Amino acid sequence: MLKILLAFVVGGLICVVGQLLMDLTRSSITPAHILVGFVTGGVLLSALGLYQPLVDLAGAGATIPLSGFGHSLAQGAIKAVEEKGLLGAFSGGIESTAVGVAAAVTFGYAFAVLFNPRS
Amino acid sequence: MVAVKGNIEQQQEQESQREEYRLLVESVKPQHNVLKNCVMAFLVGGTICVIGQLFLDFFISQGMGEREAAAVTAGTMVFLGAFLTGIGVYDQIGKIGGAGSIIPITGFANSIVAPAMEFKREGFLFGVGAKLFTVAGPVLVYGIITSCLVGIIYYLLQ
Repeated sequence: MLKILLAFVVGGLICVVGQLLMDLTRSSITPAHILVGFVTGGVLLSALGLYQPLVDLAGAGATIPLSGFGHSLAQGAIKAVEEKGLLGAFSGGIESTAVGVAAAVTFGYAFAVLFNPRS
Repeated sequence: MVAVKGNIEQQQEQESQREEYRLLVESVKPQHNVLKNCVMAFLVGGTICVIGQLFLDFFISQGMGEREAAAVTAGTMVFLGAFLTGIGVYDQIGKIGGAGSIIPITGFANSIVAPAMEFKREGFLFGVGAKLFTVAGPVLVYGIITSCLVGIIYYLLQ
């Protein structure tokens, strides 16, 4: 139960950070900027060892926001470098996010073809 | 003397018109209610993460490893986000939740399906195929570049 509560609070707070970035900065900041910023930020925080503690604390509260996607990219790259050397820097990130990316492309394509936009 | 007086009156009139215009703009401009937006982002984003946590716990209870379960959870959430976008429900969640609906991975799925669906009439190659990556493209480009750099720096520091 505590795990669920922590996922709610931490996940919610990460989204509040994004909302503040959208509301308090220039209106030229679009959702695309926010998503790119969160992924890149997640990679950097993870590389500095600052994101793993958040994942240990909040589970899905830290992995479901897109910064968790960045964390997965960075950890994949680092682990693969440990195993395979320099080659791992290029293979690890994509390997560790493969399920998410392939699911996004496949399901995204299927539902875009299947459904039509409202209005 | 009369001409100067007329000038001053004209200036005053212009200024009052400007003031009126400023007030009009202020009244028409959409008001950001930052506090309300943040509360809604917190509630919606938090709720989506709780749904993710429930899936994660379920997959772990089925005997999956932690990393594997996290990947399958991401895939499941992407499926849900894409489906809800297709049936038009995710737009409604987005209107309520703002960043709370954008930042979770379901919002990433939404950013893939919505433009692809919108531009379907431009064909399956440059409509659906290309527009799938309107937002996902930049996200993957910058995410992958940064993670490669992190890997290279880690390799050099080892």
